[in-house]
Amino acid sequence: MAKRNFPVEASHIMMFARSVGDENPIYHDAEYAGGTEVGAIIAPPTFAQASAQFEPDYPLRPRVGRPWFGSAKEPTGVTRSGGGGGGGGGGGGLHAEQHFEYHRQLRPGDRLTVESRAGRSWEKQGRRAGKLKFGETITEYRDQDGELVITARSVGVRTERVVDQE
Amino acid sequence: MALRASDLRIGDSHEEVVVHNLSRTQIVQYAGASGDYNPVHTDEVFATKVAGYPTVFAHGMLTMGLSGKMLTNWVGDGRLTKYGVRFVSQVWPGDTLTSRATIQEIREENGERLVDLEITTENQDGRAVVQGSATARIDA
Repeated sequence: MAKRNFPVEASHIMMFARSVGDENPIYHDAEYAGGTEVGAIIAPPTFAQASAQFEPDYPLRPRVGRPWFGSAKEPTGVTRSGGGGGGGGGGGGLHAEQHFEYHRQLRPGDRLTVESRAGRSWEKQGRRAGKLKFGETITEYRDQDGELVITARSVGVRTERVVDQE
Repeated sequence: MALRASDLRIGDSHEEVVVHNLSRTQIVQYAGASGDYNPVHTDEVFATKVAGYPTVFAHGMLTMGLSGKMLTNWVGDGRLTKYGVRFVSQVWPGDTLTSRATIQEIREENGERLVDLEITTENQDGRAVVQGSATARIDA
């Protein structure tokens, strides 16, 4: 995956914090944040995931002029090739694990460069979704000075069929 | 606001209800903020008729974000050095989730005091939806 830019913006942090139900003023109130140990607005711990907004070809965002696999007049906008609906119905599989290592906190004004690479991959026979294919992605978030800010490790899984509900 | 090593014991824990009766609208809100518009999370027609699920379900990362709120409320802002989870069960509209962190170890590394935590978030039926771990800097 190519390097991409991820500008960290205060209003994006505020909206992200709201979306995870976190009303902590450290995520939106500069005056409050100025009086705390961290001294400024920071981003919540899982905010780095929102770098998807800045990925030009992110497949899970509808784009003008391209078929979208979600519903409109029909239940899906694309013709699907065989197989069960497992793994999110063509949406890139299910998210199995996510790990973050923080070297410092993200702040509004950071201009990050994000670079992802494939990690390990493996297979397992699952109890609730048939054969499972796992793949790891390592993503490094570096700041405007080239310093590593966050290292993320994501594990995705493609399932043979929809996960059984017990 | 940070935790102090002298006040902590292995096995100490903290828990919070991080969402009550999860709404489809909050899932939509998370899709918009995160940029992950996978229709399995927000599009009932697609989720049921195409993907074959009983209804839409929350992004794993929404559950991780909700659980992170419990964590930062306990360890303080800007104190986390690591946070990782496995998504073990799906989270559905209407779920009420409780997150808990339990101290596994209190240690020192490169002159910093750290606490290692085990994390579990459960739904209203007591079923784990995420399990993981975190490390935070603490005071002496």
